[in-house]
Amino acid sequence: MIDLLAHLKDMLSVAGLSGFEKPIREIVQKAWAPLTDELSVSKIGSLHGLKIGRGEQPRHRVMISAHMDAIGLMVTGMQDGLLRFTEVGGIDPRILPGQLVIVHGREDLPGVVVQPPAHVLPETDGDGPVAMKYLFVDVGLRPGDVAEKVRVGDTISFAQEPLELTGEALAGHTLDNRVSVAATTLCLEELKNRAHQWDVWAVASAQEEETLGGALTSPFDIRPDIAIVIDVCFAKGPGSSDWRSLPFGEGVGLGYGPNIHPALYQRFEQKAKALEIPYHQDLMPRMSGTDAMAVQVVAEGIPCMVLGIPLRYMHTPVETVSLKDIRRAGRLMAAVIADLMPETLEQIQWEE
Amino acid sequence: MKPLIKKLVETPGPSGFEYAIRDVIREEIADFADEIRVDALGSLIAKKGTKTDAGLRVMISAHIDEIGLMATHIDEHGFVRFVNIGGVSPLTCIGGRVLFMDGTQGVIGMDGIERGKMPALSDLFIDVGATSKDDCPVKVGDVCGFERPFLDLGKRMVAKSMDDRIAAVVAIEAMKRLKNTPHEVHFVFSTQEEVGLRGAITAAYGVDPEVGFAIDVTRSGDTPRTNPKMATALGDGPAIKVRDASFIADPRLVEWMVKSAQDAGIPYQMEVLEAGGTDGRAIQLTRAGVPAGCVSIVCRYIHSPSEMVDSDDVENAVRLLVKLLEAPIILD
Amino acid sequence: MTKTNETHTELALEIGASQLELLEKLCNATAVSGDEHEVRQIVLEEIKPHVDEVKVDALGNVLATRFGRGENRLRVMLAAHMDEIGFMVVKKHDDGLFEFERIGGIDERQLPGKPVLVGREHLPGVIGAKPIHMTTSNERKNKIETSALRIDLGPEIGDKVKPSDRAAFATRFEVIGPSLRAKALDNRLGVATLIELLKHAPEQIDLLAAFTVQEEVGLRGAGVAAYAFHPDMAVAVDATPANDFPHWDDDDENDRYNTRLDAGPAIYVMDFYTIPDRRLINWLVETGEQTGTPYQLRQPGGGGTDAGAIHKVREGIPSVSVSVPIRYAHTAVSLARLDDWAYTLNLLHTALGRITPDLLAGERRD
Repeated sequence: MIDLLAHLKDMLSVAGLSGFEKPIREIVQKAWAPLTDELSVSKIGSLHGLKIGRGEQPRHRVMISAHMDAIGLMVTGMQDGLLRFTEVGGIDPRILPGQLVIVHGREDLPGVVVQPPAHVLPETDGDGPVAMKYLFVDVGLRPGDVAEKVRVGDTISFAQEPLELTGEALAGHTLDNRVSVAATTLCLEELKNRAHQWDVWAVASAQEEETLGGALTSPFDIRPDIAIVIDVCFAKGPGSSDWRSLPFGEGVGLGYGPNIHPALYQRFEQKAKALEIPYHQDLMPRMSGTDAMAVQVVAEGIPCMVLGIPLRYMHTPVETVSLKDIRRAGRLMAAVIADLMPETLEQIQWEE
Repeated sequence: MKPLIKKLVETPGPSGFEYAIRDVIREEIADFADEIRVDALGSLIAKKGTKTDAGLRVMISAHIDEIGLMATHIDEHGFVRFVNIGGVSPLTCIGGRVLFMDGTQGVIGMDGIERGKMPALSDLFIDVGATSKDDCPVKVGDVCGFERPFLDLGKRMVAKSMDDRIAAVVAIEAMKRLKNTPHEVHFVFSTQEEVGLRGAITAAYGVDPEVGFAIDVTRSGDTPRTNPKMATALGDGPAIKVRDASFIADPRLVEWMVKSAQDAGIPYQMEVLEAGGTDGRAIQLTRAGVPAGCVSIVCRYIHSPSEMVDSDDVENAVRLLVKLLEAPIILD
Repeated sequence: MTKTNETHTELALEIGASQLELLEKLCNATAVSGDEHEVRQIVLEEIKPHVDEVKVDALGNVLATRFGRGENRLRVMLAAHMDEIGFMVVKKHDDGLFEFERIGGIDERQLPGKPVLVGREHLPGVIGAKPIHMTTSNERKNKIETSALRIDLGPEIGDKVKPSDRAAFATRFEVIGPSLRAKALDNRLGVATLIELLKHAPEQIDLLAAFTVQEEVGLRGAGVAAYAFHPDMAVAVDATPANDFPHWDDDDENDRYNTRLDAGPAIYVMDFYTIPDRRLINWLVETGEQTGTPYQLRQPGGGGTDAGAIHKVREGIPSVSVSVPIRYAHTAVSLARLDDWAYTLNLLHTALGRITPDLLAGERRD
C-alpha cells in the first residue's frame, strides 16, 4: 500500500517549475515504475506510464493527465547582489514579500523575497502593493558571489515545508497539482488488482501553468480514445465562497461544461453514486482552466472528463487540501476505468 | 552583410503579404539550398544537408513578416483609416510615412485630440495626397508598411524592420557558411509571426523537426531608465533565450547552447523576455512536442520605424548558429 | 449601397417558404456553446438524404461529406458553427430564482428584462433586475452586472431546473418586410446556408461540410473538424455585425461600420484570427463581379470565424470567410435582410461551381 502522505511529501520536496520538470519527473518515475508496464518521457518532458489492459488487441486507450509542473519565479537580473525576478505561472505579487525561496543557481541557494522601502520605489508605489518588478530576492551573499553562482534565467522555487493540519488537511506549495499526480498513483495501484480491459496511459504532464504544452503534445503521441484530466479546483474558503467553489474535504469535483463530454460526466457521476464517493458538480460554463482545454482539441478531438480536488489558497506557498479527497479521486478513477469494456467506446456518444 | 541587410530591411512585407520579401530571399538562397518549397501559409522552407547517424532533422525559423497597416475606410475627402497588422503603437505612427504594396506613398496624420491624451490608432489616418474619395488610389483591404531607409551608423545599424529581417539575414548567412553538418536542416523563413506565429505553426507541422530554433530579436535593457529592467545590452553578443511570454526554451538545449558558445569563444548573454513571443513556441508545441530554443539578437526600439541592432551581435549570432549546426546536438 | 432585388428571379437558388421554415426552426432551437444538441438534430435530419458520409465527432461537430464525380476533385471544406451565445444556470436560490453565467461574448447591458428559455424543456423565465424606484442615481451610472441579475422561473419551478442547465434568449423568429428578425441569426444563417449548399452541391468537387460546435467560446470545434477532413481549402460561413449606424455627430462619418445591410455577402480581408488567402478572396470577388451578385468587403479588424482555427491545421489550409451581414449580433434580437442571405447563398453556390484545381495551383498569392 502506498503511503499517500509520504508520497506527497516526496513530491513536494522538489521544485520542477514549468519547463523544468526533471526533478519531479524523476520522483514520479520511481513511484510509477512498479505500477506500470512501460515508462517513457515525451520530447518536452511529460512522463508517460502505460499499464496494459487485458482486452484483446487493438485495445482502446484511456489517458489520465495530471500536470506535475509548479509555479515559481525566474531570475531576470541582479543589482548589488540582489536578484530581480519574474514569474513562472500566474502569481499574485501581493503574496510574495517575506516568502522563503530557493534559487536554483550553479548550486541551490536559500533566499527570501524582499519588499524595498517606499522611498526607493516610484512615488505611486508608496504604501500600495509593490509590483513584482520592484521586488528582490536576497540570498545573503555578497555581490561577487551572487554573480558567480546565479545567472539570468535561473529558476526560483518556494521553500515552504509541507504542514500537516488537523483533520487530514495538508498545506504546502505546489499541491497544485502534485495532489492529482498522487491521486493518479493511487488509481494505478488500485488497478493492479483489477482486470481492466483498456490500456491505461498515465501522463504526468509538463508546462500546464505556462503553455498547456504537455497536454497539447502527449495526446498527439498517445492518441487516447478518451481522457481524464485531473487537476485541483477551488475549495470554499476566505474570499472564495460563490458557486465556483466546492466544500473543502467533502468530495471531489466533477467538471461540467464545454470541455467535458457529457457521456463521460454521466459515467463518473453514476460510479460515484454507486460507490458512495462524495462529489460535487463543478460548473465550468466556458473553459475548464485545465489541461482539458488542450487535450480536447488535439488531432480529431478527444472526449474529456475533468476531475477536481478542492484546494484552498491556490497559487500560494500554503495551498491546502484534504487527503480524503485525493483518495476519493484515485478510487473513483480506478472504478470508472475498470468498468471500461471493449464496447464502451460506442456508448460515449453525443446523442443522449 | 550590410548590402544584404539593406536589401532585406527595405523590402516591404507586412504579415500575410510576404510575397516580395519571399522572392528576394528565395533568390538569395537559391545556390545554398538542396531543396526549396513554399507552404500553404507562404513560408519559404529551404532544406540543406543530409541526416547522418549523429544528426537530427532541425528546424531554424526566422520570420520574414513585419508589422504594418491595412486600410479599413476611405472617407469622402480621401483620407484613409486603418487598423494595425501586428503590434503597432500610435506613438510611433504619428508623422510617419508608409508605403503601400503597389508603391503608393503616404503620411500618417492625426485627428485633433485632447492635450495629454494618448491617441488611439482610430484617431489616426493616412494621407496619400488625394483630394477626395474618387482620386484616392487606396482601397479597403490594401496594405502598407512603414517607410524608412536603412541607416548605417557604423557599429550600429537602424531600420524599420530589423524585427525580424536581421534574423533572416543571420539564417541566410549561416546557410551560406554552413559547409558540413550532420543534420538535415530546414531553414524556414516564416510568415505571419507578428499576428500569432501562424506561419511557424504550419511550417513546424510540415517539417516535423526533432529539434528547432527560432531566430528573433529581443528587447534591450541598456537605454536610459528602461522599465521593466532587462539584463540585455547591444554588443554583448547573441542572446540565448531561457524564456519569453510564449514559451520556455528547452533547458537541455539552453545548457548546450551556452556550452557551445563558451567552447567557441563566442560572446553571449542570457535572455528572459517578459513580453512578446517567438516561433520557438510554435516549434515546441507541434505534433508530439519538439525540444526548442531561440537565438536572439538584442534590438532597441522594437516595433518602431527605427529598430537598432549591433553589427558584432549579428556576426556573432551567425557564428553561433553555424557552430550549433555543425555539431551533434546533445540533449541531457 | 446595392439596390435590393425584390424577386430574385435570376438567382439559381431561391429562398422560398421551405428555406424560411428551416431557418425558423434553426433559430428557435437552443444550442448554447457546449450543448448544441437541438441544432445538431435538425442538421442531421436535413442533410442525411443528401450526403454520402456523416458522423458526429468527439466534440459534437457534424462532419458530412458529399463526393463529387470525375478526376482531380479538390476537397473543399465549408464550416458553419451551430452554437450560439447564451447562459448556464449556476446556482439555485429560493422562490424560483437562479444565478447564471454568460457563455460567449454578451454585453451585460443587453440582459435586464429579457425573456429566456431554460433547459431542454424550454421552460420560460425572465431575467429580472431591480426596479428603477429602488435604485440610486449613482447606481444608474454603472451597468448592472450579471451577478446582480437572476433568471426567474416562478416559485413552483421545483427541480425542473438545476445548475448546469443552459438557457437562451426566448425571441421567436419572424419575417418583417424585407428582414428576418430572430435570436441566433449568428450563425443559423450559416447553418441553413450549408444545408442548402449540400442539397445543391456542385459535382466537380468533394464538399466537406462541418457544422461546428463551441465557436463562440474560442473556435474550438473547427480545428478538429479540419484535422479530420484534411481539406485542400476551406470557407467559413458565418454572420458578422452590420454596424452601419449614423454617427451621433452629424458632421462625422461612421468609418467603422464593419459591414452594411443590403450590400450583400461580406467577404473577409482580415480579422483578428485570419489573414485569408488572397487567391480565395479574389475567387469570391471575381464570382461576384462576373455574375453581378452583390458583395462587400468586410472592414479589416477584429472578430473572427472558424477559419481562424482551420487555416493553421496540419501544414496549413488556404481559408477565407464569408458572412451574412446582420444587425445586433450577440443580443436577444438580431436582424438580417433576406436579400443579403439569398445573395450569400448564391455567391457561394456559384463560386463552388467554378472551382478548378487551378485555383490553388502555385503559391499563396498575397
